[in-house]
Amino acid sequence: MTREQLNTFVTDKFPEVKLGTNKQFPEFIAAPDQIHSLCKTFKENSETKMDYLFCQTALDRKDGFHVVYHLTSSELGHCVMLRTVLVDKTNPEVVTVSNVWMSAEFYEREIYDLFGIKFINHPDLRRIFLEDDWVGYPLRKDYKDAFTLDR
Amino acid sequence: MEETLLDIELKDIRIPRKTEEGEPEYIINMGPQHPSTHGVLRYEVCLEGEQVKYLRPHCGYIHRGIEKMSEKLTYPQLLHLTDRMDYLSAHINNEAVALCVENSMEVQVSDRVKYIRTILAELTRIASHQLWWSAFGMDLGALTTFFYGLRDREKILDIFEETTGSRLIQSYITPGGLMTDIHPNFQRGVKEFVKYFRKKLPEYDQLLTGNVIFHERTQGIGIMSKEDAIDYGVTGPSGRGSGFHCDIRKIAPYSAYPFVKFNEITYTEGDTFHRYLVRIKEMWESLSIIEQLVDNIPQGEVMLELKAIKAPKGEYYQRVETARGELGVYIVSDGGPMPARIHYRTPNFSNLFVLNKIAKGHKIADLVAISGSLDLVIPDIDR
Repeated sequence: MTREQLNTFVTDKFPEVKLGTNKQFPEFIAAPDQIHSLCKTFKENSETKMDYLFCQTALDRKDGFHVVYHLTSSELGHCVMLRTVLVDKTNPEVVTVSNVWMSAEFYEREIYDLFGIKFINHPDLRRIFLEDDWVGYPLRKDYKDAFTLDR
Repeated sequence: MEETLLDIELKDIRIPRKTEEGEPEYIINMGPQHPSTHGVLRYEVCLEGEQVKYLRPHCGYIHRGIEKMSEKLTYPQLLHLTDRMDYLSAHINNEAVALCVENSMEVQVSDRVKYIRTILAELTRIASHQLWWSAFGMDLGALTTFFYGLRDREKILDIFEETTGSRLIQSYITPGGLMTDIHPNFQRGVKEFVKYFRKKLPEYDQLLTGNVIFHERTQGIGIMSKEDAIDYGVTGPSGRGSGFHCDIRKIAPYSAYPFVKFNEITYTEGDTFHRYLVRIKEMWESLSIIEQLVDNIPQGEVMLELKAIKAPKGEYYQRVETARGELGVYIVSDGGPMPARIHYRTPNFSNLFVLNKIAKGHKIADLVAISGSLDLVIPDIDR
């Protein structure tokens, strides 16, 4: 599907989803409570068939934490980028997509480890790189510990 | 820290779970210093006799926080950290960052740079597969392969040393072009190597590919279906052994790949043996790509004259194919000389976690073969 077709596909099914400005991939910005159904639709609809989540990560921005999903279809070859903004920075939460793509289970563990974003309904949400008793979430912009060098 | 739902789950995991008969489960640790994990990785393996019931990988032993460090470094500086992720695909990692930054600045490097980058990337791929082949034979108990593989890999490292000044982690490909022009001997050296290795590659087949013991150890072991490969995001030769067409060089060609002809090697069987075959065939393809390029390197400048290397405000993504699969570089820039956030989608991270699924029910000796066939490089998982 081309960018225009994807845009109309999403706006028909999810009128509340906003279009993003990314030049490379068609970008859609969904509310945290909507992202799961949007992902599920993208995967299961026979027109999109987005069966391969190739990147999922988070960003610490001024307006909150962004969780960013990059999806593609192994058969049809089109890519999209989804984004959800978690405004509450003290207790960020979003529904997991690990029941849509298995790979998300491990990306989400990494995001939880480094950003402290909780994924609701995640089957095994533990730290993946750092020790279990590590204090804080290193990739947050306000993170400080004894080893951080200020330049 | 406050006690969360997650901490309670952690405690549950530390207590050995009971089997159906009420016996505690038999759990052994493989690693972090086990030779077959090729680095510091630990598998928590639950066994029933000699069979694997389930397995849980524990990573993070060499987590260096490359993404966090990169937020305080300029683009040419952070390039040097990418070598240290998948150190066997150092050139390709450099290329990924370079391409991402160049695309963000909307500049085009000369064809000369593109050709040289692609030749180096394919040499890297061969060197990486050679080392994998050596170590894979050794995992299965065949020591000779290690000498054969390293003998041939040495020739590639000599070519790298001559042109880039270092053998393993070169940091030679940089945003805007290359650090320096190639050495005058480069083309001759590469052509000699291709000629030499075309003769030596059939030896690999004699030693392992046609070996009956090797067939017994690998055929039908660790079968991964295409659906699993896509679902878990297993890319590279491991994914292609299951029929997942995931070669970024074909899907989204970059550098000089649009100018060359090559085949994407795929099999549908998805067992350890076919993951092995993909890599052997890929070495032949890489040799052919190098042959197509090496005589036709055009003239041109090797470094663009850029006032400042910084990505404009926005978000950029670049996918490349390393020796182990899809590497993605995701740069979020606020317009400064340093990225606001840089994320690496590394191939080994996704490839690792399918292991539990495909090793279930196999013997523990087969687990070594299966994890060897996934070709994991641990610093690439941990970053």
